[in-house]
Amino acid sequence: MQVSGLRGKAAIVGVVDAASPTGELELTGRALEVDMISKALDDAGLTIADVDGVTHTSSSMQLAEHLGIHPTFTDSTSTGGSSFEVHVEHAAAAIAAGLCEVVIGVYASTPRSDRKRPRGGAGRGMPPGGMGPMAEWEMPYGLQAPKGAYALSASRHMAQYGTTSEQLAQIAVSTREWASMNPEARFQDPITIQDVLDSPMQASPLHLLDCCLVTDGAGAFVMTSAERAKDLKKPPVYVLGAGTCHDHMMISQMPDFGTTPGVQSGKKAFGLAGVKPGDVDLLMGYDSFTITALLHLEDLGFCEKGEGGPFVEDGKTGPGGSLPMNTNGGGLSYTHPGMYGMFLITEATKQLRGECGPRQVEGAEIAVAHGSGMVLSCMSTIVLGTEASL
Amino acid sequence: MSDSTDTASAAKPTRFEPPVSDASQPFWDATREQRFLIQWCTACDQAVFYPRENCPACLGTSFEWKQASGKGTVYASSVQHRAANPMMANRVPYVVAMVELEEGIRIMSNVIDCPPDDVVVGQPVQLTWEPLSDGRNLPQFSPLQEG
Ligand SMILES: [Zn+2]
Repeated sequence: MQVSGLRGKAAIVGVVDAASPTGELELTGRALEVDMISKALDDAGLTIADVDGVTHTSSSMQLAEHLGIHPTFTDSTSTGGSSFEVHVEHAAAAIAAGLCEVVIGVYASTPRSDRKRPRGGAGRGMPPGGMGPMAEWEMPYGLQAPKGAYALSASRHMAQYGTTSEQLAQIAVSTREWASMNPEARFQDPITIQDVLDSPMQASPLHLLDCCLVTDGAGAFVMTSAERAKDLKKPPVYVLGAGTCHDHMMISQMPDFGTTPGVQSGKKAFGLAGVKPGDVDLLMGYDSFTITALLHLEDLGFCEKGEGGPFVEDGKTGPGGSLPMNTNGGGLSYTHPGMYGMFLITEATKQLRGECGPRQVEGAEIAVAHGSGMVLSCMSTIVLGTEASL
Repeated sequence: MSDSTDTASAAKPTRFEPPVSDASQPFWDATREQRFLIQWCTACDQAVFYPRENCPACLGTSFEWKQASGKGTVYASSVQHRAANPMMANRVPYVVAMVELEEGIRIMSNVIDCPPDDVVVGQPVQLTWEPLSDGRNLPQFSPLQEG
């Protein structure tokens, strides 16, 4: 029995994503989802008739019915923004186990243009499972959701490790440098550390430019077995490892506000993949806020715990740096429709195929897509690699 | 209707007021007398927070309730420069903090009675109360008065 039965057994073979500099898209809802699925299947050279596995964050059954397909693998896991990494993990395991052969995943959300729609759009989602304990133990105190939760984590990290607002701001600055090379990014003009510090304080210590965007966005992926992937249109991007862990739901129950369950998810994913942080050419690390990205760098082992601030200071996560991070411009500057994890997968895949034009990371062979769901609650890590990495 | 001297029940909520669950009923009942009770697992001899049907360490169902000292320290803190909901608008800017109580549990609350930017991680604080519209009281914290 092989210990790492996942490594190289499944591959991402089709991806697409959509966002725009206006922050708005024309389509919405199911129409936008189906548009994404069609394009991702086309990217793979497959058709809907090939699909026998469906993933979705609310109802994979409803989506399958809409598409008129009868999948033998279905997954409606919702862990917030990291749902799509979890879907890739589950799909890879299902494909490796022979439960299914071709799995699709999709996301579409249009919070920005919904403001103009008669029904006012879908509105702010409630956490799955209802408000329950959150209504009783958090809501009375008026913490802004979700940014206040991240602010509490940042305040703790600063007090414990000496992390500064300037260091957090550097993450926004480096990410914007990447966005300047993505014509679809919402914000493409360069910013400085001072711009971040001068932007209005939202929930101390987080300023406006420490926070992600609110934009329309959508994407989809197609996965299949390593065997079948060889004959498709694009070079396969293999799933080398995957891991997920959650250690709380609401922020007040987070065991350590300076450390996420990315420690566990990362260890699992890197272990299955047989790679070390030093082997990683590209990190797509969920950046709902600057502090979120900083915590990933520490918890995935790119630097020591508490050293994230000094680590990012020299701009090494920006263009030309030693650890390219969030090359599409991230949730901070490219797009953030609410559950951003889909865009980690699409960008990592495109980078490993060498399709990213001016922002292409030269010779990228191994990429990590690391999703964060709810309020630093559920981390899911996917290690992806080219054929050469197998 | 309750008798006319019961003004509290006629008061209008001035913030989002917490619902009461079966497991937390003793906690909220005690706040009417401004007492902060901690659910305590008798098997593990340790605090459970938030109150729930089972001890998260041993899944046991045998509890007692112990009164907290009301002293703690700020574990994490954020000044809210925008209101989380319209009811909080007249309080902006206000502090939401995680407070670690002497008994070892950590709760979310507000730190009041001082300039918001003065609140720092590690600061000693003490329990105080804000009346709710139904006669319960909501735990709040203020800087510890020395001596
Ligand atoms: Zn117990």
